[in-house]
Amino acid sequence: MDTSIWRPILYLIGVMAFAGVNAAWLGWCERKGAGHIQRRIGPKEVGPYGLLQPLADGIKLMTKQLLVPQGVDGILFRVAPVLAMIPAITSMVAIPFSATFHARPIELSVLLIFALASIGMMAILLGGWASNNKYSLISAARSVSQNVAYEIPMLITVITIVMLSGSMNLEEIALQQKGGFWNWYIFPIAGQSIAQAIIMPVSFLIFFTCSVAETNRAPFDMAEAESELIAGHMTEYGSMGFGLFMMGEYLNIVVGACLTAILFFGGWDSPLPFIPSGVLWFVLKIYLLIFTFIWIRWTYPRTQIYKLLNLSWKILIPFSLAILLLTAVFIKIEGILI
Amino acid sequence: MNEYWRDILYGTKSLLIGLKVTGPEFFKPVITEQYPHFVPVMKERFRGHIELTRNEETGGSNCVVCGMCQRACPSSCITVEGEKPEGSKKKVLTRYILDFTKCSLCGSCVESCNFNAIQFSREYNLASTNKSDYIFDLVKRLEEQR
Amino acid sequence: MTEPILCTPDETFVLNLGPQHPATHGVLRVKLTMDGEYIVEAEPVLGYIHRMHEKMAENGTFAQFMPNTPRMDYLSALSFNQGYCMAVERAAGIEVPERAEYIRTITVELNRISSHLLWWGAFILDLGGFTPLLYAFDDREKILDLLEHVTGSRLTYCYYRFGGVYNDIDDEFITGTREFIKRLRSRMPTLYHDLVTGNIILIKRLKDIGHISPEVCRKYGATGPVLRGSGIEYDVRKNEPYSIYPELDFDIPHYPEGDCMARYMVRMDEIEQSLRIIEQSLDKLPGGPVQAKVPKTLKPPAGDCYAAVEAAKGTFGCRLICDGDKGPYRLKLRSPCFSNLSLFGEIAEGMLLADALAVMGSLDLVIPEIDR
Repeated sequence: MDTSIWRPILYLIGVMAFAGVNAAWLGWCERKGAGHIQRRIGPKEVGPYGLLQPLADGIKLMTKQLLVPQGVDGILFRVAPVLAMIPAITSMVAIPFSATFHARPIELSVLLIFALASIGMMAILLGGWASNNKYSLISAARSVSQNVAYEIPMLITVITIVMLSGSMNLEEIALQQKGGFWNWYIFPIAGQSIAQAIIMPVSFLIFFTCSVAETNRAPFDMAEAESELIAGHMTEYGSMGFGLFMMGEYLNIVVGACLTAILFFGGWDSPLPFIPSGVLWFVLKIYLLIFTFIWIRWTYPRTQIYKLLNLSWKILIPFSLAILLLTAVFIKIEGILI
Repeated sequence: MNEYWRDILYGTKSLLIGLKVTGPEFFKPVITEQYPHFVPVMKERFRGHIELTRNEETGGSNCVVCGMCQRACPSSCITVEGEKPEGSKKKVLTRYILDFTKCSLCGSCVESCNFNAIQFSREYNLASTNKSDYIFDLVKRLEEQR
Repeated sequence: MTEPILCTPDETFVLNLGPQHPATHGVLRVKLTMDGEYIVEAEPVLGYIHRMHEKMAENGTFAQFMPNTPRMDYLSALSFNQGYCMAVERAAGIEVPERAEYIRTITVELNRISSHLLWWGAFILDLGGFTPLLYAFDDREKILDLLEHVTGSRLTYCYYRFGGVYNDIDDEFITGTREFIKRLRSRMPTLYHDLVTGNIILIKRLKDIGHISPEVCRKYGATGPVLRGSGIEYDVRKNEPYSIYPELDFDIPHYPEGDCMARYMVRMDEIEQSLRIIEQSLDKLPGGPVQAKVPKTLKPPAGDCYAAVEAAKGTFGCRLICDGDKGPYRLKLRSPCFSNLSLFGEIAEGMLLADALAVMGSLDLVIPEIDR
């Protein structure tokens, strides 16, 4: 491994730039996507196709006063938006964009990303609690129960993948799926037993549902729930405090999409072996997944908090546990047969 | 237990159907009107604020200052003043003020007029931050239209 | 200085839902006493936009009150317009020509559909789905265009006159309406029912939520889709027929469940029934005048009369007391949403905040009409 100090710094800048650009322009993508699904145009006035809209929004938010209402917990109130942003950026470091292109190869990158994702939830909790607003408080309480409920099935599905690949390194997991779409873990016809191929799509659905819930996106946006809780934990935030929360949300989507792409869609692997693999494939997969996130958000109504918890505890967790068990059995049988 | 499985199967199906409905909409052309760039023309019967009808022969107004519109208005936003020139039997309109801040565009004035002297305009770009912009002098307006 | 959150010993707190809140669709305030996310007590607070419509009626002539009627329920303005016109016509003994009655029926049913479409979009918006609102507005826009073509305005139509209607309809309106019926029927199954009605999230959120029993409905005088969603088949158009409704063939959709889903389904079915009514009226449309001969200043004899119509939200009643003068001596307006809202306090008890908002949405409240 190259231990020169420049490599990490250069990659860090790359990661920061990638994160920043995504955080800003995904807002544009979402508004455009929502617009066209609803047969509107979306942003179009600032720059060609409204492409400079995020810049205008950013300048507007930055020039506004960061208002700290009286009676709030000043320190926590200021810390929360930063806390929403930092874990999302940090987890980008562990994500391999291709076999040779990642900021920092980490043996336990899966573990690191999930640890950081849990911190992201703290931002909502602190922001909601520190705001001294009843709506924010309800939002904070909701988001905690939601995140606890959805981290469990998500981790169980990841354990399934870890068992299949035998590694907790994202790079290694992606490399295991090399050589065409039939090797990808969403539908592993080759390499694994046929029975495994039948249960893995279910595993993918569970994982995807959980990542929608983990990123607090509609239809699981219990914390924001604008028609019930005004803006949830962001009610009292203005200026860049609000901006950071929004950017944090979009970055979480990017991280979620990256994880899904690596765990289930072979990372940077091209779908057919004779087409060269590379970063472009990875980026394409991420954005297709992000489009799905947007598509889902603008299609469904919001669930209700207890129905949401029911979905996790009564459906997702039993199913993911069953898949975990079956996977263990299949691996064992395979081992005996070979 | 049966219901549990039915919910899961039906639920997944209904969610996929939802995506199938909104997905194609994404690629269909937009249907909204791009307002400041594309200005719609109001329908023939559009009820804007009132204006004086121009008499084709005299070029002036048909108004005989009977005051019917003033009385019909529920919000008393019309002020009509006229004078009788010497030697003439008919009154001549000198001032017709519409206080648009109070008007609710009901059209009672137009209905009450027996002389076809007022009509609805088709203007709708009337936003302003200045209150005095909404005190319309309709006589002046008629002269300007000429 | 912000007040600290006050907690009584049993750990409840007061949450002000409104007057400015995304889900109250206007300046309605509901004072909620909450225990966590559960509502212990709900108390609607009214009067933020009270405009004294009833008093305004006493101060003007009969015709001068006309433009006030659409400002109460701006979503089904024509129903209110019609209710008031009918009351005055009964007081003054004015006969409305047949063609005018047909035109009234067509336009009022179009208006009912547009009101239901807007409710549908806004209701799904309350439940967190944004896109259906825009699809509903797309169809509603067509109705607004049609009505603008005949009435001249897009929202607060003031189209009916004592003894008829203001303008006659033309062929463009008739063909436009027929096209609209075809268009809405083709869009209903996919964009409305596939996308929303069949959606599992929506079903889970509406089924068995906010059960209103027929007794509660009777107690508070709830009418319209709220009453029919509780299984009582009551509709002024059938029970106290007015205008040309007895000559038309249509059903009164009603569901016995009494939950939010039942009220949802009642409205969705009513859209179809309204389309049927419009179709029949267009087929039967007679010729003739659209305005009876009415004196310029109405002076109905002293007396007391009542007229009720089925507005989009329920029964709109007008009780008119005349003393032989140019204007009403007293005008009492019975608006549907006031009664529909008053039962909210009783059914919201013990409910989750999210469910209570679903129930509030399913009542289809228009605040200016509650406050009048």
